[in-house]
Amino acid sequence: MEIGAYSFGDTQLNPDGSQRGTSEAVRNLFEAIVQADHAGLDYFGIGEHHTTSMPASSPGAIVAAAAAATKQIKLGSAASIISTDDPVRVFQQFATADAISGGGRIEITAGRGSSVETFPLFGYDLGDYDELYAQKLDLLMTINNSATPEVNWDGSRRPAITNLAVVPRPAAGPMPIWLATGGNAGSSARAGQLGLPVSYGIIGGAPHRFAPLAELYRRSAAQAGHSGPEIKVSVAALGLVAPTKQEALDRFYPGWHNLNVEMGRLRGWPAPDKRAFLAQAEAPGAYYVGNPDEVAERIVHLHGHLGHMRHFLQTDIGGLPHEHLLESIQLLATEVKPRVERLLARK
Amino acid sequence: MELGVIGILGAGQVGTAVARQALKAGYRVKIATAKPAAEIALLAEIITPGAEAVDAAEAAAADLVVAAVPLHKYRTLRPDLLAGRTVVDAMNYWAQTDGVIADFDDERGSSEVIQEFLAGARLVKSLNHIGYRELEVDAREPGSADRRALALASDDDDAKAVVAGFIDRLGYDPIDAGPLSAGRVFQPGTTIFNAAHTAKQLRGLLAEANEPARP
Repeated sequence: MEIGAYSFGDTQLNPDGSQRGTSEAVRNLFEAIVQADHAGLDYFGIGEHHTTSMPASSPGAIVAAAAAATKQIKLGSAASIISTDDPVRVFQQFATADAISGGGRIEITAGRGSSVETFPLFGYDLGDYDELYAQKLDLLMTINNSATPEVNWDGSRRPAITNLAVVPRPAAGPMPIWLATGGNAGSSARAGQLGLPVSYGIIGGAPHRFAPLAELYRRSAAQAGHSGPEIKVSVAALGLVAPTKQEALDRFYPGWHNLNVEMGRLRGWPAPDKRAFLAQAEAPGAYYVGNPDEVAERIVHLHGHLGHMRHFLQTDIGGLPHEHLLESIQLLATEVKPRVERLLARK
Repeated sequence: MELGVIGILGAGQVGTAVARQALKAGYRVKIATAKPAAEIALLAEIITPGAEAVDAAEAAAADLVVAAVPLHKYRTLRPDLLAGRTVVDAMNYWAQTDGVIADFDDERGSSEVIQEFLAGARLVKSLNHIGYRELEVDAREPGSADRRALALASDDDDAKAVVAGFIDRLGYDPIDAGPLSAGRVFQPGTTIFNAAHTAKQLRGLLAEANEPARP
């Protein structure tokens, strides 16, 4: 089982609650990735968000920088909002990072994004949401799977590509392209039909209710003739690891509260409820907030339902003090990961 | 309403949750998308076990139809198939989350726009102010002190009575909010939408929301 982290960037707060710089947030994120690599974490996913509180807008740029500064960790987007991006450019950026990394540890996760801010930002029509996503994913897969640098593609949302080179080519063959979904059944079926690995973003409720979705994914893949190592499941969830459960709760709650206040202001939600937070932070809730023993046990418990091969946590939200992110990443790599391996080996 | 057939249009998070809850309540459930039935057969088998994957026309012919497609795809609903049918509109217009949709960007409630499009349907707005994750968890037996209430708004009283029976069987107290335009007070961003309420609380909030604004 791979253990990892992901981040949308997290702008730090001044003592008076005002936001510090978004540039500092990106620098912090870079530092966290480098530390994760040293500590032995398996995976780090980046972006894509476009807000002053979560400024990791350009996963390709951060992945390329991190590729140069790390040795073993797998790096990817979490996720690239391909509906409103250019799949040729997305591929080129990640293939460039792949070249810099030495090859074989760069991945792309294709998603729709949990909000729609990229549509006005990049000048796309929201009415085109489904068709844009389908066609751009198809183009990205076509480029990635091409046996030659020259690519041919035809669709209705952009001019055809006729025998044009898309370079560099990934050093170790096609890069993994994951399909990210928050639990829509049709998306699980589609990932299976396309033969892509699927990444579940589980941000609320009991994570084990995703078990039927993972089954639908695997059976859809089998029905379409896809088998082998690329048919796999990962889970992205919120969480923080600290030496004790109480420290973990105390560290994670203020940022969770801040984020929910901010989202609530935008979306007309009521004030966040601490009881709801505490309920989600206990098994079988969605927040992996705890000491290394508890977090490891809950990951392994979910593995019994989903059979996932990677579990990665988003920790830095709402202005979490940077040192708490760094300690959580350290504990994930050095304390949680060996416990997970030990517990799984016993099964 | 006698045990009957529930047709679900839409197999996303909401449609599949309503389908499972209706199956639990003892209904026969047919689920459909705009695509041919065969394309969602495996989905229905695994995600809504017991529900039949059908074409939209067959789901629309059920005793009661639940419309649960993403709102930006509302034009995939078929007015011809839904004319004369009792239809629950479980959809929401949530511009801050899903983006601005020009057709819904006015003072009318989203269900009034849907009713205009589905001109012949007997539309009832309900099931929209409970989260899809909550629907299968918060259900309670009638008479339970903590039973959650769900509002219904419709211009068709007979349709509203049928849907009230359905809501009750799903595990919730149905509360008549009035005509379809009254659905505006339990849309996204309202106090009613934002939390869970018992019947008594919901009646109070509806009365408060419908009071003319004081100077």
